[in-house]
Amino acid sequence: MSLLEIENLAIALPAGADRPFAVENVTFSLHKGEILCIVGESGSGKSMSANAVMGLLPEGVTPAEGRIMFHGRDILHLSEENRRDIRGKSISMIFQEPLSALNPLMRVGAQICEVFEAHNLLTPQERMRRAVELLTEVGLPEPEKAVRAYPFQLSGGQRQRVMIAMALALEPEILIADEPTTALDVTTQAQILSLIEDLRRKHEMAVIFITHDFGVVADIADRVIVMQTGEIVEQGPAEDVLLRPTHPYTRSLIAAIPGMKERPPEAEGKAGSQESPVILSVNGLNKTFSTGGGLFKQARVVHAVNDLTFDLHLGETIGIVGESGSGKSTAGRCIIRLIDPDCGTVRLSDVELTKLSGQSLRMARSKAQMIFQDPFSSLNPRARIGRILTEGPIAHGVPRVQAMERARELLSLVGLDPSAVDRFPHEFSGGQRQRIGIARALALDPDVIIADEAVSALDVSIQAQVLDLLADLKARLNLSMLFVTHDLRVAAQICDRIMVMRRGEVVEMGPTAQVLGQPNHEYTRSLLAAIPGRHHEQAMRLAVASE
Amino acid sequence: MIRFILARLVKAAVILLAIMIFNFLLIHAAPGDPAAVMAGEAGATDEKFIADLRARFGLDQPFAVQLWTYVKATVQLDLGYSYRQSMPVIDLIWQRLPATILLTMTAFVIALVLGVIAGVLAASKQGTWWDTVISTLALLFYATPLFWVALMASLLFSVVLGWLPGYGYQTIGANYTGIDRVLDIGKHLILPATTLGLFFMAVYMRMTRASMLEMSRLDFVKTARAKGLSNGVIQRRHVLRNALLPVITLAGLQAGQIVGGAVLTETVFAWPGIGRLLFEAINQRDYSVLLGVFFVSAAMVLLFNLITDILYVLVDPRIRLG
Repeated sequence: MSLLEIENLAIALPAGADRPFAVENVTFSLHKGEILCIVGESGSGKSMSANAVMGLLPEGVTPAEGRIMFHGRDILHLSEENRRDIRGKSISMIFQEPLSALNPLMRVGAQICEVFEAHNLLTPQERMRRAVELLTEVGLPEPEKAVRAYPFQLSGGQRQRVMIAMALALEPEILIADEPTTALDVTTQAQILSLIEDLRRKHEMAVIFITHDFGVVADIADRVIVMQTGEIVEQGPAEDVLLRPTHPYTRSLIAAIPGMKERPPEAEGKAGSQESPVILSVNGLNKTFSTGGGLFKQARVVHAVNDLTFDLHLGETIGIVGESGSGKSTAGRCIIRLIDPDCGTVRLSDVELTKLSGQSLRMARSKAQMIFQDPFSSLNPRARIGRILTEGPIAHGVPRVQAMERARELLSLVGLDPSAVDRFPHEFSGGQRQRIGIARALALDPDVIIADEAVSALDVSIQAQVLDLLADLKARLNLSMLFVTHDLRVAAQICDRIMVMRRGEVVEMGPTAQVLGQPNHEYTRSLLAAIPGRHHEQAMRLAVASE
Repeated sequence: MIRFILARLVKAAVILLAIMIFNFLLIHAAPGDPAAVMAGEAGATDEKFIADLRARFGLDQPFAVQLWTYVKATVQLDLGYSYRQSMPVIDLIWQRLPATILLTMTAFVIALVLGVIAGVLAASKQGTWWDTVISTLALLFYATPLFWVALMASLLFSVVLGWLPGYGYQTIGANYTGIDRVLDIGKHLILPATTLGLFFMAVYMRMTRASMLEMSRLDFVKTARAKGLSNGVIQRRHVLRNALLPVITLAGLQAGQIVGGAVLTETVFAWPGIGRLLFEAINQRDYSVLLGVFFVSAAMVLLFNLITDILYVLVDPRIRLG
């Protein structure tokens, strides 16, 4: 007997959207105690389906057709009051971004108590006692103290635990988790996944788990639904979908997952051999941030980068890998002097960057360019692509006509049509914008490119394309690159050497195959162990390859 | 918290000192030798008389000494003597200050309370005729010159309808005491405070509306809905509380303008406050009073800012504990 039946669901988008329906012909059921993963890329309609179940569709978006049956009632046609009764009590939900999902001005205990209050249950004292019990159950340290904490005082993982505690408060029959681990570090993600798994077993709860990550699917799913542009293209038991995918889209998604596979031998040795000359030499680089200090208050000091020393050779790519707060981005920004380091030296093609200022710094800096994480905010929305690509060269004295000519060349180099120079950033998709970002970095003919989480914001299939492009450019132009990422799988694809950072310090550095294959440091091992779906990966790949 | 207030007080003191010095420089930058002007007004042009005056007022001292004397006196609240009104400036200000504080504070509260209520209403009825009417009215009050609204209000409610007194602080010659006096002042307060308040209400209304709509889109509001909370609780507890933060910031910035707006309102309604004192002092070129009022109104703006800073801290735990 299924707990929830969705039949023929269609959700209409407001007029003027890119398509008439967010989802169409969606039919699936959810059984008691199972984890159902809905997988898809952005815009696939996976979150919309879940929001429809919760009755939390955004304004202007309405269910147009179909039924959602829960306990014999079609919940799509219940009154708002009846729906409110179900929300939080029978079906509850957790979200992607645990910081913004909690009210910043309320103590977390009070926010948990609200769930009981909303359904008129328990006295205020009992609510608070339950809140402490719930926080204990989801494994928050010092729950008595934690109930009095504000969200900003907790880490990302702790906040997500609070969200889970809140969702579990009334022992719902269904938990909807909308990308609950996407914003978390890989080790934290592993903890949250096992927490959800445990709670599901203990409370016999059914879970709808929405994700874009097949690794996560492999780790927790009982059944899988794959969605593409609003329609279900494949569904079935996890084993079947992962190992014997029938739909080409599923197959392409699985194939696009960056793997920890060995790099092709021709990539090794040819470019980026350590015999080639050193292009960037970093020595004893330090950066300390102090925050919150004031007239009457002790400053809080964070050693973001601690004694960083390495050489980057011509044509080589070094991956700087670490979790949030490890100092990897700060390191990249210090090298290019977007942030001034406290001490240490950075030599870029025999120019000492740390001592320069004004005109000479601007000249030298053109030799090191950055690619940023967010393809949306890193391009000026009011500038045409032509201006974005020529601004740098023109500032460095290249005549306008020549710079424009070069811009067109660069666009075809990154796989876009040269006519894009006349268009604005909003006319492009995320992947295309990231290509523009790459073209912009190349426009100044840099010696070194620093890519800061350059593919992290992209869907997995787009990510694969951009990684391919970077690898291709690297080989063709003999680029030297620092590749900052939190994702070891991505680093494995493109880096010659990997540097693992934790709390500002390099814990391990070496050739990619060695760091990922025979890690020396405990921390590297824990990072590798936390990657979701590793044990399935080989099987998945073999299955897809054998077709 | 106490540390925070202390730190803010120290900052305010530093700013006040800077204002004092700026005030002092202002006198020096004014064209003409004050001693010569004084002598001229007394009808004497004798060099020795002017030199005597200089010595008497310490104007022959070096610049630094003069500055020090001025700062020392100001800190001791000795703001000089008004020869026009034959009174020490500080006494004049003390006489007028309570009326201004009463007027600006009342106007501030009216602006803030009405503005927030109107903003919440407009946001919750977004896109309906409610929203349009509220937004238009607020804009109308903001776009109309303050003195004109003051004149019209006085004309309508005092002259035509005769409901409220149109000028002054209390009924002259009535000599009310106790509760009657309070009621009498209250009656006189309604028109000037409402006029001043309505002008500033528009800004708070717009800010509250925009901020409420922005907050409604955030994730934690969705979480609150997912808990099954009713819309009223969500709006009050989650949306409004967060939406008030930018409004409070704005209120602190606006405080200075309210003190400025008081000059116009006090003049139209013959309200015996600092604003009118300033207006009279400008007309009479009474520089010592002018400088005294500058100093005191600067101190008032700083006080308003301090109050909003403390309010902000009380509302936002991230600043209190972060």
